[in-house]
Amino acid sequence: MPAPNRPPLRDALRAVPATVLAAVALGGAIGSLARYGLLVLYPAAPGRFDLATFLANTIGGLLIGAVMVTATEIAPGRRHLRPFLGVGVLGGFTTFSTYIVGIGRALDTGAALLAVVYAFATIAAALGAAAAGMWATRVLVRRR
Amino acid sequence: MTVLLVALGAAVGAPARFLTDLVAAHYLGRAMPWGTLAVNVLGSGLAALLAAATVGPAWTALLAIGFCGALTTYSTLSWETLKLAEDGRFLHAALNIAMNLVGGLAAAAAGVALARLLGL
Repeated sequence: MPAPNRPPLRDALRAVPATVLAAVALGGAIGSLARYGLLVLYPAAPGRFDLATFLANTIGGLLIGAVMVTATEIAPGRRHLRPFLGVGVLGGFTTFSTYIVGIGRALDTGAALLAVVYAFATIAAALGAAAAGMWATRVLVRRR
Repeated sequence: MTVLLVALGAAVGAPARFLTDLVAAHYLGRAMPWGTLAVNVLGSGLAALLAAATVGPAWTALLAIGFCGALTTYSTLSWETLKLAEDGRFLHAALNIAMNLVGGLAAAAAGVALARLLGL
């Protein structure tokens, strides 16, 4: 639990530099456009595995592992690295809402197996990819 | 045009996620990633409402693909879950995934029900 004498929320929000918010917004737009590109390449169809969203969430997982290890363990002084690449680009590239709507659509059309496979394949692939990204980045840094 | 709408929605959705995370951490602390859970549940509900309603392709691009897509995140969910596991908190890691999945699906069901209730 936070201390009862914590500073007001207003101060915490005011402490966020405008350039950090701008980096998040710009990165979010770039990442979302890349995700939209995948949607155009692999359009979602009812009763079919949503490949575009699966790929975005898996590739985004691999990259977040690398970005966050870099931002927290290798170059923690870089103030805009995490907001731009982590929160912005990769946060915008990956999506949870389209994932949930995809599971709901599959359930609605009676494709329960597809819903379960899609739900758990994404969890396994995204977490596995993120772990791989973290591991690979740590190995590469130790080699230098 | 569609590309601009996606970018515009995302340019609002991503900072909204960032600020929600700050607010959640301020009130609830950072022992569990409550901010990501909040945006993923809210964004899933809104996206399901939009999917159930008959909205035009421009609104879908702006609000569903752009705003909700960028408001919610799978990459941060994955990272935060792995950090819990790295700290040896395996139960909390599993719980984090379960709360996002169940919370997102429940919010989606509520979104669909709301769309029907409002006759959208």
